[in-house]
This record gives sequence, structure tokens and C-alpha cells, in this order.
Amino acid sequence: MKRSDEHTVSRLIALAGNPNVGKSTLFNALTGMRQHTGNWSGKTVGCAMGECRRGKNSFRVVDLPGTYSLEARSEEERAARDFICSDTPDLIAVVCDATCLPRNLILVLQILSVTSKVALCVNLMDEAEKKGICVDLSVLERALGVPVVGLSAARNRGIDEVVTLLETPVDNPRALRPEGDAAALAELAERIAKDAITNQMNKEKDPACRDRVIDRVITSKRWGFPLMLLLLAAVLWLTMVGANLPSKLLSNGLFWLEARLLDWMAAVGAPHWLTGALILGVYRTVAWVVAVMLPPMAIFFPLFTILEDLGYLPRVAFNLDRCFARCDACGKQALTM
Amino acid sequence: MMNEKSELDRISVGESLIVEHIGGESEMCRRLEDLGLTVGTEVTCLMTSPLGDPRAYEIRGAIIALRQRDAAGVVGMRQSRGEDRDEAER
Repeated sequence: MKRSDEHTVSRLIALAGNPNVGKSTLFNALTGMRQHTGNWSGKTVGCAMGECRRGKNSFRVVDLPGTYSLEARSEEERAARDFICSDTPDLIAVVCDATCLPRNLILVLQILSVTSKVALCVNLMDEAEKKGICVDLSVLERALGVPVVGLSAARNRGIDEVVTLLETPVDNPRALRPEGDAAALAELAERIAKDAITNQMNKEKDPACRDRVIDRVITSKRWGFPLMLLLLAAVLWLTMVGANLPSKLLSNGLFWLEARLLDWMAAVGAPHWLTGALILGVYRTVAWVVAVMLPPMAIFFPLFTILEDLGYLPRVAFNLDRCFARCDACGKQALTM
Repeated sequence: MMNEKSELDRISVGESLIVEHIGGESEMCRRLEDLGLTVGTEVTCLMTSPLGDPRAYEIRGAIIALRQRDAAGVVGMRQSRGEDRDEAER
């Protein structure tokens, strides 16, 4: 931390945006290990706060919960909305998904109608490129009147530009001040997005596009469930079988060490109760837990993350929703693992 | 193909709808609005899940899954299939 004589109250930046646009990825890229999670006061909503440091400059960052709109419907959205509408943040950095700009811009416009201390970070530029979507950031900048930066947080591209943007105090005299109801904002968002996007071949709608073909197989009547059961069974099997050898090695190693520790305690003349408590109690329990639990977890979580990164898990929720609805639940609860 | 009024849950996979009215529970209406489904938006049905419900729709560039009871509240003009429309334009 800075010495108190150099200390100035550091800027507070709030990261806002729709869910799943990469806010947290950006947050992690900015703050690294300098972050901690807590709770919004008086609420059960978690919040992540951190500090971004580059050279002599630093600023604080808050990762707000994802929200589609400032018309808060859930506790998370309320927490986000309250924070955005308060005077607390020095700047609201809205993170957008370049592949889904029309919808993402709706929140941007809503925020702009409340404050002009806004900057736009258009994330997932690499994904957009893959889909043939070309976003012209300068058009966005002109239309919205706020600084715009493009990045690919997951690939660590554009982070420096974002830091530069967030470090400097902004005053957006030409910021757009949109007015109107939800439909009007949606229209405006669509228009601005249309202007900013060039060369878009709307691949999403194209039934021949590779992702849609894969989706149709995964959700088909014939292959949907069998594939799902197969994939999940494979993950389970890999976890169990793959964990056997490491578990055995760990177990052998840790219990060899236990024996050495017992010898040492005896040689040092430690009393029985101490040896019992420390070695036979604490160490042995920890050793069992590590040997048994660590290898399966070290295999399962990466496999699960792969499934998640592939985008497969929402398809699982999609397939299972009807079954879960019968129990008054919803498909998303299939993923509460 | 004739353009006619229809509910969203009745259009076939591959067909589109231009939204004219969103009915149903007000909570859901607002949620749909947040997701970009407003009057005048074009929605396309992309696929259905193995058990028939929910179905996936393309709304403003995003793929959103809607249950049948919620899609039933969205009414609009059914559009001819993409390929037929391209044919007609050519």
C-alpha cells in the first residue's frame, strides 16, 4: 500500500454487465491475487472486491453481479442496481459480449440514463471474430459518447488498454442520455449495434453452422439423452479410475511419512498423549483425507470445467428441464454440483 | 408461405415470428423484455429439447431457451422460412 503521505483515496471502479460476458474473467485479470470476496451488507449476495495495480497507479475494483437490466428482479440484480445508482463508484465499466451486442447494449443505455461516468469494455472479441462478427468500436464510441475498449479477457488481450482506460478519470461531456421505456431503449440498442457491426454473417441463425449442427445432435430426441448419460458416465469413470493410482501413491507416501514422524517423536521422547493427538490424530486424519479426496477432485473439477467451457452444461439443463419441472424445480438445478 | 398471426410456441423449428404482443405473467413479460424480446423484434425457433419443452429461440443474436407456457404468451406475425424468403427476394 502507498505510504500515508502519498496516499490519495484510490478510484473505485464497478464492473457491470450481463451475466456470462466475462466480467469475472476481467476482474481476475485486473486484480490477480489482490482480491477478496465478501457479502453486500445486509444481503446474501456475494461480492468480489480487489485492487488493480500498475506501476505507481492503483484503483479498486468491484465485480458486480451480472444483470440484464436495472429493473432488478432478484437480490443480485438489486445489489448491482443499487450500487450503480449510488454515487459510490468513480466509474462504471460495463462489460459487453461482442457476439451479442444488441442485447448487451440495453443495459448500457439504462446505465447511461442514470450516470455518464461510464466506460465500455467489449469482451469476447475473439469469439465474435470466429462468428464473422466485426465490431467497429469507434462507431460505438461516437454513438454512446463514452470511451470504448475491445478485449478478449480469456486470452489476456486488451487488458492493458482496459487498465489505461480505468486509471484515468473520465469526464464524458458528450455521453448519450437515453430516455424512454424498455421498448424504446431496446430499439435504440438495436440501431446502435447495427451501425457498429459490419460484415456480420449471422451465423447463429444459419442452420448449417457447425455449432447449430452440434446443438441439434445434443438436443435431439434420439441422441440427446444417451449422449448426456454417456458423457457424464465417462466423467465419473475417469474420475474414479484415474484417481486410483495417485491415491495409492499419496497414501503410501503419507503413511511412510507418518511412520517416520512416529519414530522421531519417540526418539525425541515426546509423551504418548502428544504423539497420539498430533500424529495419530491430526496428521493421520489429514493424510487420509488428502490421499482419498485430492486425486478425484483434481480430476473431476478440470473435467467438469472442460464441459463448462465447451458450453455443454446449458444444453444439459435444456434437456433436463422438463423432468425437473415435474418436481417443481428447473433444469438449471441439474448443475448444482 | 402465408404470413399469419401465431403464438411463439406454435411456430415450427426454423420459422420466425415478428413480435406484436407479449402477454402472460407480468414478471415474465419484463424478463423477456430485458432479454431483448420487444414488439417488433424478430424471433427464430432454432431447436427443441428431446422432450419437446423447452425450445431454443434466437433473440437479438443470443440463443434463449423458453418454456412452452412462456412462449405461448408471445404473439406475432409468422414469417416464412429463411430459405423461402431468400428465394422470394432473389
